[in-house]
Amino acid sequence: MARPRGAAAAPRPGLLENERLLAGVLLAPTVALLGMFIAYPFVMGVWLALSSTSVGNPGQFVGLKNFVKAWNDSIFRTAFWNTCWYTGWATIFKLILGMWLAILLNRNFRGKRLVRASMLLPFIIPTVLSTFAWRWMFDPTFSVLNWLLYRGGFIVTKLPFLSDGTYGLWCAIAVNTWRGMPFFAISLLAGLQTINPDLHEAASLDGANGWYRFWHVTWPLLKPVTLVVVVFSIIQTFSDFQLIYVLTGGGPANSTHLIATYAYQIGVATGLLGEGAAISLFMLPVLFVVVWLQLRYLRRLEGA
Amino acid sequence: MMIERRWKKWVYFYIPLTVFVIGTLFPFYWMFITAIRPDAELYRSWRAVNNAPFWTFHPTFEHVRDLLEKTTFPYWIWNTFFIAVVSTMVSLFCGLLAGYALARLKFPMAGTLGTSIFVTYLVPPTLLFIPLADIIRSFQLGDTPWALILTYPTFLIPFCTWLLMGYFKTIPKELEECARIDGATRFGAMIRIIFPIAVPGILSAGIFAFTLSWNEFIYALVFLSSPEKKTVPVGVVSELIRGDIYFWGQLMAGALLGSVPVALVYSFFVEYYVTGLTGSVKG
Repeated sequence: MARPRGAAAAPRPGLLENERLLAGVLLAPTVALLGMFIAYPFVMGVWLALSSTSVGNPGQFVGLKNFVKAWNDSIFRTAFWNTCWYTGWATIFKLILGMWLAILLNRNFRGKRLVRASMLLPFIIPTVLSTFAWRWMFDPTFSVLNWLLYRGGFIVTKLPFLSDGTYGLWCAIAVNTWRGMPFFAISLLAGLQTINPDLHEAASLDGANGWYRFWHVTWPLLKPVTLVVVVFSIIQTFSDFQLIYVLTGGGPANSTHLIATYAYQIGVATGLLGEGAAISLFMLPVLFVVVWLQLRYLRRLEGA
Repeated sequence: MMIERRWKKWVYFYIPLTVFVIGTLFPFYWMFITAIRPDAELYRSWRAVNNAPFWTFHPTFEHVRDLLEKTTFPYWIWNTFFIAVVSTMVSLFCGLLAGYALARLKFPMAGTLGTSIFVTYLVPPTLLFIPLADIIRSFQLGDTPWALILTYPTFLIPFCTWLLMGYFKTIPKELEECARIDGATRFGAMIRIIFPIAVPGILSAGIFAFTLSWNEFIYALVFLSSPEKKTVPVGVVSELIRGDIYFWGQLMAGALLGSVPVALVYSFFVEYYVTGLTGSVKG
């Protein structure tokens, strides 16, 4: 029992005065929902991955067969490397462009609030809907981008934006960058705004130029925020589904699948629940490493 | 000197910023122009001489009218709205209570529980959708809004808890202690003193959660099947494409109208949204 100090503050006796009991009551709904719809499905996903379950067939334990089968499947391998490639490049682009935009937005100019607010639009608008606009812009016959490049004299014949696997993946990286860059920019801008302008002034009095000031004043102070933003972005990009599902649907000829879209194709569209669950579990090691690094970093910050 | 500085400002500031603004907003302009363009103009070869793709001289509302009258689009808007509002409320309720407990109360396992809620925040829906589909089926919730109202909180609660926990920690403990000396119970102090102060935090978390649920795709795609029960993103993807044919005018009209509600909510609460966004990564 948490007894307050002194008789004057004696509380009314009540069950909810007990801190442990109150904590239990307050946490119960959260724990129940998260347990029911995250912990339980997770355990069940592991069980499914180890079984031969499909729709309408309860299946039986088959050990690691699904994992081995996936690893020997050339489409899965393509999907796995696509996912790494997609995540790597998209994160690099988002970081560079986001940082640039954040620095631009950190200056004072007329209409700043409006520009900042409109910059976040790609992040607010449902990804599926904005990806449709991109798909239309990449359309094989009516692409406005081809029109622009053609009229600008950059190309003679149209580019096969989504009808070629390599082009398709780069298009997806471009759309993902377009969508995720504002998140980087706004988060980094919040970080920039906490940096004391006196530091910059002192550095420029000492003769430091813009580039030098960025690397030696801004960047060290911005590193913690950047790290967290990058971790979030890696997790979301690595597990991405909707962008590829709308833009290429994994095609042409399964060359642009990501782990998540391939898991959907096998697990839901084909109905092989066991194999699909195994494929999506291949995301786990990468996510685990990223989350572990993040937690370690947070601990270190708290310890410091 | 003066001229050189102005020249530099253009190169390093105005031009890059303009490119960013155009690049960011062009797809939305393109959505709009496609939605009001007549079919005859839409499907004209990209090399045609008379092609003027950036504007139209014959704007039409045909696509919008078809969308509203010939498809179940109005249902999708309502479904998405209802599901987003209810799952946001559920998540705020859970997140408020849990955030308070984790920020203010001492109990065994507090640290572990806080960490595990943070970790669930990082579990992506694409990892769980296959087993969840099975669970939803066995609860007989498939093809009902409840399938989404119960599962969306899995990614909203951790976020709300995390954000509100941070907010509660900034409220001085003395406020609560004063109330308790005046005879308020622990629970009463929480409801009457702490929660009202936390309203800006609650609003931030709520706006952010609302936009996240409006955006959600994979659970809605897997759990819903009847055309009139779908949410906007799933409906546009699965109902507006017939066979292999894309009706781009209608699709872009759907994309545009489906974005308007969430863009409106956002534009009214930009500052709260930004607080929620940056709070979500502060850790």
